Amino acid sequence: MPNNSSEMVTLKIPRHLYQRVSQLIEGTGFRSVTEFATYVLRDLAAQPRPVPPAPEKRAAPKRAAARMTQAELKAARKRLRELGYL
Amino acid sequence: MISPHGGRLIDRTVSGEDRERLTREAEHMPKLPLNQRELADLEMIATGAMSPLTGFMTEADYHSVVDTMRLANGLVWSIPVVLSAKSPEHERLQPGTQVALTDDAGRALAVLDLADRYQVDHDYEGQMVLRTTDEAHPGVQYLKSISSIYLGGNIHLMRHPEHRDFLRYRLEPKETRVLFAAKGWNRIAAFQTRNPIHRAHEYLQKCALEQVDGLLIHPLVGETKKDDIPAEVRMRCYEELIAHYYPRDRVVLSVFPAAMRYAGPREAIFHALIRKNYGCTHFIVGRDHAGVGDYYGTYEAHAIFGEFDPEDIAIAPLFFDHAFYCRKCGNMATTKTCPHSSEERAIFSGTRVRQMLAEGELPPPEFTRPEVAQILIESMRREDKQ
Repeated sequence: MPNNSSEMVTLKIPRHLYQRVSQLIEGTGFRSVTEFATYVLRDLAAQPRPVPPAPEKRAAPKRAAARMTQAELKAARKRLRELGYL
Repeated sequence: MISPHGGRLIDRTVSGEDRERLTREAEHMPKLPLNQRELADLEMIATGAMSPLTGFMTEADYHSVVDTMRLANGLVWSIPVVLSAKSPEHERLQPGTQVALTDDAGRALAVLDLADRYQVDHDYEGQMVLRTTDEAHPGVQYLKSISSIYLGGNIHLMRHPEHRDFLRYRLEPKETRVLFAAKGWNRIAAFQTRNPIHRAHEYLQKCALEQVDGLLIHPLVGETKKDDIPAEVRMRCYEELIAHYYPRDRVVLSVFPAAMRYAGPREAIFHALIRKNYGCTHFIVGRDHAGVGDYYGTYEAHAIFGEFDPEDIAIAPLFFDHAFYCRKCGNMATTKTCPHSSEERAIFSGTRVRQMLAEGELPPPEFTRPEVAQILIESMRREDKQ
């Protein structure tokens, strides 16, 4: 790990979390909570960023039904009730 | 919910001020009366049952459908939906003209934006679409009865054709889609018929229902040939059958207003695509679907689906072989699931069944439900008296 303080920033975490992680890393190769936290964060940062599905694809399954306006839906439901289907 | 064919449920109805304006303007337009098939097609185009069609076919779509079973834009479509001229004046109408489409009472139901006027070869259309030019075929007879000048273009529906029958059962695609969604159905199998439902048909439907959430029994009630059983008799059969033998919360009965083309395989594709527009995900295809006489092979209507990429059809066909009651199996079966000889199978010819009904004799319950047979017997008695 670099010693040059200009390359480092300080992160704050809750004290109880720091103490818990200190216990976890006992007997492991990590010499400090800082070293462990740096390792975990580097690993997370290296994973590919998930791409959310395009808005059209998300909406597609309901698109056909949703193309009706509220008025059309209301009219359809009214007729279906009058005819006894609903 | 399954997407309509082409991705969008077409709506060509006009309302409010647009309807009033168009109705006024139609009074001064050339008038073109529609025959029964065209009336049904008009309503189905306007309500989205024939999505993606927005009108009667133009020349490009007509030839593409006849030759390739696809619209000019590549979407699958197997039967031309066309409007024929009714007079020499109509045969001279120019593209760009608006034409009032009327019913047999002269009421203007819709306006056609005439885009194309074109001449066709009915023999060629018959050969390609019906696979015959035999004048005994009812579809060929229809072609011979209409002009070979077709008029194509978008339509605007101001007024639905007047219906006096099956009013309780006339659901449009928007309504069936809302109904299926309200019932929580994701998978819906449609059953098309122009006949009463006998045990074999019931078996197919119930096999399908085991795989899906709901069943749409969608009998065709448009124009049929004279010796087909009238729609009002058939509807009573369907009502009685559903009341006694079907789970009410799993079945919807609604009418399919189209005219019958008797085009066998091509009509199976046509029927499937239209049911997709009604919101169905599956379509039951039995033996000789939409067939007549011996014009089509027993399972040609199954094979034709193989000519398309399933994604291009999107509604899943459920193919069934010839079904019957097998005494040895002790249940309904098909040639796929029954290993026994024909002696064990309760199979009756249409001629024999009609003879039994005409004589007031109930066919065996393995062939048809007694409630259905009783309605058919009474119907034949009324016919004899007339």
